Amino acid sequence: MQQITFILNGEKQVVSADPSSRLLDILRDTLGLTAVKEGCGEGECGACSVLKDGKLVNSCIVPMGSVDGAEITTLEGLRDTAEGENIISAYADSGAVQCGFCTPGMVMAAAALLRENPEPDEQEIREALSGNLCRCTGYNLLVKGVTLASERGKEKGIWQ
Amino acid sequence: MHQSINNDFLQKAIGTPVRRLDALDKASGRAKYIADMKFDGLLYARMIRSSRARARLLHVAVPALPEGYYYISSNDIPEGGENRLYMITNDWRVFAEDTVRYIGETIGLLVGPDRNVLRDLEREIKISYEDLEPAFTIDEGLAVKGGPIHGEDNIFAEYNLKKGDPDSIFSGSYRIVEDEILTGFQEHAYMEPQGMVGEYKNGKYVITASCQCPYYMRKAVAGILAVDQEDIVVSQAITGGAFGGKEHFPDVIAGPLVVAVHVIRKPVQIVFDRHEDISFTAKRHPSRTRFRTAIDENNRIVGMDIDIAINGGGYQSCSHIVLQRAMFSVNSVYDLPNIRIRGRAVATNTFPSDAFRGFGAPQGIFACEMHMSHLARALEMDDAEFKQQYFVQTGGTTVTNGMIHEEVKLPEMLEKVLESSGYIEKNRLYAGEGAAKAVGISFYNHGGGFTGDGEKEIIKARVRVSRDQNHKVTIYVSNVEMGQGFQTTACKVAAKVLGIPLQDVFFQNPDTSVVPNSGPTVASRSMMIVGKLVERAARQLKNSWNDQGAVDAEEDYVQPPGIEWNSTTFQGDAYPAFGWGICAVEVAVDPATAEVETKGIWTVHDIGVPIDDLIVHGQVHGGVIQALGYGSLEKLEVKNGAFLQNTFADYIIPTTMDFPAVESDLVENPYEYGPFGAKGMGELVFDGAAAAYAAAVQKAVDRDICSIPVNPELIMKLRQA
Repeated sequence: MQQITFILNGEKQVVSADPSSRLLDILRDTLGLTAVKEGCGEGECGACSVLKDGKLVNSCIVPMGSVDGAEITTLEGLRDTAEGENIISAYADSGAVQCGFCTPGMVMAAAALLRENPEPDEQEIREALSGNLCRCTGYNLLVKGVTLASERGKEKGIWQ
Repeated sequence: MHQSINNDFLQKAIGTPVRRLDALDKASGRAKYIADMKFDGLLYARMIRSSRARARLLHVAVPALPEGYYYISSNDIPEGGENRLYMITNDWRVFAEDTVRYIGETIGLLVGPDRNVLRDLEREIKISYEDLEPAFTIDEGLAVKGGPIHGEDNIFAEYNLKKGDPDSIFSGSYRIVEDEILTGFQEHAYMEPQGMVGEYKNGKYVITASCQCPYYMRKAVAGILAVDQEDIVVSQAITGGAFGGKEHFPDVIAGPLVVAVHVIRKPVQIVFDRHEDISFTAKRHPSRTRFRTAIDENNRIVGMDIDIAINGGGYQSCSHIVLQRAMFSVNSVYDLPNIRIRGRAVATNTFPSDAFRGFGAPQGIFACEMHMSHLARALEMDDAEFKQQYFVQTGGTTVTNGMIHEEVKLPEMLEKVLESSGYIEKNRLYAGEGAAKAVGISFYNHGGGFTGDGEKEIIKARVRVSRDQNHKVTIYVSNVEMGQGFQTTACKVAAKVLGIPLQDVFFQNPDTSVVPNSGPTVASRSMMIVGKLVERAARQLKNSWNDQGAVDAEEDYVQPPGIEWNSTTFQGDAYPAFGWGICAVEVAVDPATAEVETKGIWTVHDIGVPIDDLIVHGQVHGGVIQALGYGSLEKLEVKNGAFLQNTFADYIIPTTMDFPAVESDLVENPYEYGPFGAKGMGELVFDGAAAAYAAAVQKAVDRDICSIPVNPELIMKLRQA
């Protein structure tokens, strides 16, 4: 066990954890952040996506040892911001949400993309979401959702 | 996030899209799935499973367990309880006793408070077996390799159908074309793995589960504890995808779980990890379909002799009904003369196969479509040109000698697809170029609801719609929201009838202690059958809208007039109405690597009337891409009885990068007995895309394709042949 200090959703967090334990388990089990889903546990599906120092990562393959000193953002830290609300409502309005299990990860993937590239084209969106699996939608409406978030976000000046 | 739900559908067509009622909760991560829910004193369970495909189970050596840990097995089933699950067939055991029939069969449950400790304890359990000779393939099952697994001949079910006079055809001088079409296992790959929690509360066993069919589960497990069905309460948790994989299979988890809860009397959770979920849950039935087709001197089909076999695995479950639908689908949209169909569901020592979107139809339709395209190739005709000669028409005859009652809009739909896809021009151009490019096409239909008189005789759906004193309306049904949008569309139906905003209509996840039994969430029946009852109940409510206090309206299923079905002989109208579809897929095959790039996907569907355009298109996109995964990527092999692929790293489902956007179009064709004219659609949209893809590659490489998945290895092999 080790004291691990990091910034979680903008606030300092200290947890006692085995450095080899998974960030996913600390977020879900220790801290109760259940917007982070476990879909595969091996970094293939993206349901557990979070931002680590602004980069999209699969929290199921991030060891706690590497989190010390890092900044972690989960959907809980994003959903009530203008940036998060914009993506969430764009997915909702585009029909991009079906069973919803992949959706939190898809929101994080969209956030990571739009921060880097606020006006992505379809191919760029598809590449940005390619690490996140969805079995319900066939992805069309997710791609449209990101496009809508981009358009609305530009109007609202979210990325300025 | 305060935009209100769009209620335009109240003034405009019902299909006018709304924001789904569950969208914000899910997209913001507030929706609680079973693994997110908190229970006081929760214990966790790990399934202890057979590592042998077929063996005598000699001994299970369980180490001394720490305090608070339990090993649960068949010995814990109370007196009077039975070690069997009351599923569609009652052959599946709760726990293996003397023998095991497949790798992954439940032997026991390890239960305790710490999941890491459970993992360590699992390794210490030593199970001794005496191996028996297993049978894995359809052929091995039919040959009764190692002795019978089921009955004397391993046949779970055999049915024979006859239309016209097939006997006369094959004695003549017609040209006979033979074919064999194969399909493999498919994993559902719902994003939320299987999971549930069992509790003992107020004298009842309460199961909160990610599932499709709360009432099925209640029936499946009551007999294990020798209690009344009312003593089991099944409450559906928000369900992260199902596709048939949470129709019956959750019963196999719930059985051992209720035994554990019975012994321990504390809440117990079973949530599979992905490796368990791919390795040890039911899959789509592999199939082998053989055709002998007689062609006359005018190049017309004069008859077909068809033999379908499906691999049912170690227990029957619903294999016989999957087989029926495969048989009823094997002439797809064609009205052909002189047909004989033999179907067999075969027992083997693979993991039991079970429900998966389409329920046998995808296998039957893939076989039919590929065989028809092979006939076209043999006769040097284009697929679409050849196939459309045989399109069934209104009043036409099905393979069960039933009648097509509805208007068939296939010609109009074909025109649309030909135009959107550029099928004719592109194929002419590509053929001329000699390039490895082509557009393939498939035609399909899917009967909505249970087979024959199943809705009337077996399911007997009942719904209740209530209005409280504040004029808020609640829909009580046992059908679940599992991603398909039924919560929203059912509420739209009631709101539209009552002329009230969607915000005033509520639909909670079903709980068997609260909702009437409107049947399972399967068979593309939720909107067409249950939605119709919701519509009728809402109309009833409308008449008493101004009554004092709260008002309830109940409606029971009534079979539409004119439907004739004999459930013994399988003669008559197997389904009251069909959804119809056409899919075109354009591919380019790399001459060197045999990799396939999909250049375009075009569909047209007749689903009656859409209850929500956006939800319907979402279903089309998702179903088509899932089917293209089945047709191209999703290889699931069995080696010595175990699935070789058991992660998302080796079982490959489509990502955003594998296929372009699906262009989806609809034709309206209102169904008189569906709500606002709607027919079933959830499975239809899966049924055809694999064949369109295979037909495109077949044309591009100029070789007959007889199996899926059509991956580069298969294409290389075909090229070398």
